[in-house]
Amino acid sequence: MNTMSSSGKRGFSVRRLVLGAMGAGLLALTAPAARAQAPAAAPAPAPAPAAGGGSNMIETIRNRGTLICGVSTGLAGFSAPDSQGRWSGFDVDYCRAVAIAIFGTDQNRVRFVATTPQARFTALQSGELDMLARNTTWTLSRDTSLGLDFPATSFYDGQGFMVKRSLGVTSARQLDGATICVQPGTTTEQNLSDWARSNRVTIRPVVIERQEDNVAAYIAGRCDAYTTDASGLAGVRSTQQNPNDHIILPEIISKEPLGPLVRHGDQRFADLVRWVHFGLLAAEEFGITAANVEQAATADQRPEVGRMLGRGGDLGQMLGVDNRWLVNVVKILGNYGEVFSRNLTPLGLQRGPNALWTTPGGLQYAPPFR
Amino acid sequence: MSDTAIDPRYAAKPPKRPLRLSWSDERFRGIVWQVLVLAVVATIFWWLWSNTVHNLEVRRIASGWGFLSREAGLPIAESLIPYDPTNTYLRALAVGLTNTLKVAIIGIILATLLGTLLGVLRLSPNWLVSKLVGGYVEVVRDLPLLLQLLFWYAMLQGLPGPRQAINPATGVFLSNRGLKLPWFEWLPAHSWALLVCVIGIVATLIWRRAALARQMADGQPRKVWPVALLLCVGAPLVVWATQGAPFTPDIPFLRGFNFQGGLTVSPEFFALLTGLTLYTAGFICEIVRAGIQAVHQGQWEAAGALGLPRGQVMRLVVLPQALRVIIPPMTSQFLNLTKNSSLAVAIGYQDIVSIANTTLNQTGQAIEGIAAIMVVYLSISLSISLFMNWYNARIALVER
Amino acid sequence: MSVTTHTPSPALPPPSRLMAGGPLGWVKANLLNGVFNSMITLLLAYLLVRYTISFVDWAFLNAIWQVPNDRFGRADTSSCRDIKGIGACWAVITEKHRFILFGTYPYEEHWRPAIVCVLFIALYIVSAMRRFWRKELVLVWAVTLTAIGLLMWGGVFGLSYVPQERWGGLPITLILATFGLAFAFPLAIMVALGRRSRLPAIKALCVVYVELIRGVPLISLLFMASVMFPLFLPEGLNIDKLLRAQVAIILFAGAYLAEVVRAGLQSLPKGQYEAAEALGLSYWQKTGFIILPQALRLVIPPLVNTFIGFFKDTSLVLIIGIFDLLTAAKTAIIEPQWQGFAVEVYVTVGLIYFIFCFAMSKYSAGLEAELNKHRKR
Repeated sequence: MNTMSSSGKRGFSVRRLVLGAMGAGLLALTAPAARAQAPAAAPAPAPAPAAGGGSNMIETIRNRGTLICGVSTGLAGFSAPDSQGRWSGFDVDYCRAVAIAIFGTDQNRVRFVATTPQARFTALQSGELDMLARNTTWTLSRDTSLGLDFPATSFYDGQGFMVKRSLGVTSARQLDGATICVQPGTTTEQNLSDWARSNRVTIRPVVIERQEDNVAAYIAGRCDAYTTDASGLAGVRSTQQNPNDHIILPEIISKEPLGPLVRHGDQRFADLVRWVHFGLLAAEEFGITAANVEQAATADQRPEVGRMLGRGGDLGQMLGVDNRWLVNVVKILGNYGEVFSRNLTPLGLQRGPNALWTTPGGLQYAPPFR
Repeated sequence: MSDTAIDPRYAAKPPKRPLRLSWSDERFRGIVWQVLVLAVVATIFWWLWSNTVHNLEVRRIASGWGFLSREAGLPIAESLIPYDPTNTYLRALAVGLTNTLKVAIIGIILATLLGTLLGVLRLSPNWLVSKLVGGYVEVVRDLPLLLQLLFWYAMLQGLPGPRQAINPATGVFLSNRGLKLPWFEWLPAHSWALLVCVIGIVATLIWRRAALARQMADGQPRKVWPVALLLCVGAPLVVWATQGAPFTPDIPFLRGFNFQGGLTVSPEFFALLTGLTLYTAGFICEIVRAGIQAVHQGQWEAAGALGLPRGQVMRLVVLPQALRVIIPPMTSQFLNLTKNSSLAVAIGYQDIVSIANTTLNQTGQAIEGIAAIMVVYLSISLSISLFMNWYNARIALVER
Repeated sequence: MSVTTHTPSPALPPPSRLMAGGPLGWVKANLLNGVFNSMITLLLAYLLVRYTISFVDWAFLNAIWQVPNDRFGRADTSSCRDIKGIGACWAVITEKHRFILFGTYPYEEHWRPAIVCVLFIALYIVSAMRRFWRKELVLVWAVTLTAIGLLMWGGVFGLSYVPQERWGGLPITLILATFGLAFAFPLAIMVALGRRSRLPAIKALCVVYVELIRGVPLISLLFMASVMFPLFLPEGLNIDKLLRAQVAIILFAGAYLAEVVRAGLQSLPKGQYEAAEALGLSYWQKTGFIILPQALRLVIPPLVNTFIGFFKDTSLVLIIGIFDLLTAAKTAIIEPQWQGFAVEVYVTVGLIYFIFCFAMSKYSAGLEAELNKHRKR
């Protein structure tokens, strides 16, 4: 007993020393990073091609045989696995579309990696992913300081509030003193506190990590209001037993342009992702759907449709893929409108700003295919 | 048993022998091995470090602690120190730290009390009580804590809303917004009274020790409670009264969406505290049971023969001996509870991990964020080890 | 202690309470002795019966096991929503059980993770039997784990290749815990030996490692694996997320197991070390043939307990988005029509965890008693 306690004591004192030293060490460890970083931060106007990228991403992906695409860990309508474990959703279809553009007709040449909000950028930066399609808001700091690019805005969103009808609230200004559920670590959280400050509204936040837990907390009445992108709110509302018990307040407090991301370093791949988006839009604009695309590819007499669908010109070659790329994409996934209505309309989402520019209020616009 | 006892040969070895540069020389071999291992470890670390520096540069990720003084902009639900989103990241992290400490300290106290009670009940002669406690221990120990926390949080959300709150007593409301308790406005006078009270408790302990020493000398038992009452209750009351005896009750009431005023125990905190307490109490129960069982049956019988009632036997004879077996594993349970409080991130209680996590997400500075978490936990672990070590040493002295 | 020295003594212990007066006598002695005790017993019995009845009502009598599909082919869960709080909606399990168990693994290939789970359980059972505690067991582990890897990945013997990010559910939990143990164990032995080494640099290294890991929560290591490891590696080299989490769990388990092994090393009598040295054995011979075989035998019960801990702790990978059993269960109820049936899913997943942990803890308790008996003899 005696020897044991004495040895225990000695063990403890060694431990004390070591723990103290380690704490100091950890702090010290991070300091040199600042110094090492200081000179590097100023120059480097054109960062070197990032990991795994090489100079030709499309070639890399083609050699590998699959596109690796980061999606969320589960958000109804955008990316979620079904009962059989197959991913589906709006973001998932964007991954598929890029894969089809590269590989032709085989739509299973894409691997989906579920990423958390914290790990998503790191995963893309490190080359673990080829692209990220994960409801990510395009902001200046993300575009510049992460070494990433936002090729396109696939979905225009804005942050809103949802409350229970029984609360009798009709405007967000009336939320003074309310408890509001919000997901941490997102732009949503910062928008909320910015909005509260500028409108002199005091709010009590409840910040819960996972989106589905947030919804559960709101439904259970833990929070008076739930705030997230309006698309998310509509999705949650539509899945309630009685959607009319909930109302989405008219105020939209932020702009949330969501879109896919790629790494800096290979502009050709960024171009491809951008034009896949434009291709889906243009297809809708010209009335080309999954059903009639084959026919349009051979028979449509409009010159721009001909160029788009690879009948004339070499637009596909310019993007580094087959000339019939858009035919393949639309044949399997449909045009932008079809992708939207397959994934998001069941959630009760309206096209709103995501309508084509030809519709009043629509923002989706594709440059000419020429 | 001790570290040094492994190899007596080296203890007995004559200290001064020239080091031979030959593989057959034990010391030489030792030095070569150490240099080799250190070199390998250093190389690995250097390699990782240079990769990191390079990657940070290429990916243009900022580094350093500069972000600490920037505006955080993140809302925090509950905080012991004043905070609003315009404050800096440093302050936000400090809020996280105090929240971690709050749940850890209260959790340790409650888990110890509940665990000890359960440990004693586990040995109860009542078959049903003992089996129920046994079943409880088995269930909480065999389920992941994360699952239990999620479960408790889901349960608390099943409570009625604020307008239908359960109202068991005036000013006490239980709803899915948490537990609301009446409180009063805290003024400097109260802080002074609290300070005097703490001094009073220390003084009482000193007095008790002196009284016991005199009892040892003359055999006269002395009452401690009048002194305790005077020092711990009387003196603070006097201090409070001399400051004008301020007292403004702060009774919670429903206005708008929520209760206003009063003391709030949020559901997130409550779920985390409940989960941690019930989980850790399951382990402490077994430690206490084993500790009590480790005390020889003869001790019970001998103390009984002296005419001590069962309660006193437990308190004066058995528990002090059991404590010696109990304290070391208890220390590691306290450490576990503190570390497990990091699961708060899953149920929305903003502890240090949750806030550091948001910080690293907003700033992109992963290394600094994780270093902050690690430094905090290492220092908490160190403090708990130090305290329990001191306590252990104190108990060990009693043994003699 | 041989039989011949034993003489029946007249002072036999009183007959056990069970025997005293049949079941009634037992009830009287253990449940109803004294007024206070009887009151407690009756109160507890009342509560127990009441809650058992309401649980049975909820879980079985009022429960819904299956729901019809609506005209879009989606499950129509309105009947479940009507009985919320009164009865359980086990239909969510009926619909989602394969997703909860196997995650996003290709649906047609689910037999592979199923076999993997069986293999894991068989491995546990074989390792638990004392008659298999031989050197060959290491071989059995190596072969089984390789087979598991082959089955999961495929790409050979006509099995289709399944990339890691599609794995999910119970196999992930079992893989993280078991591979964690298998790789942490050798590491732990080296660290435990290093911590008892007389070479100061090696000792310090091991102390730093063990105390650093034990001083921080597993979550911080998992965060590190998820956001910091990618920074540590050179450009172009990527390790997938599961492997990174696995490395974090191995490092974590290594530190805790090292302390368990160290306790075993310390509890060996000094004579064993001295005798080995007297035979002129080298350090590695001494350790490998004399010390470790004895020390490891002693630490098996605490080892099993530590393993139970890891098994439960693997659920923390939820926070970094890996599809283990708990994450798969939570993801299963994201689909709009199934939202809100968390309790049913938690109960099911809890039951799976409980079965594994309970079996292991009973085994460890039994083993401890047996080993102690052996030592007393």
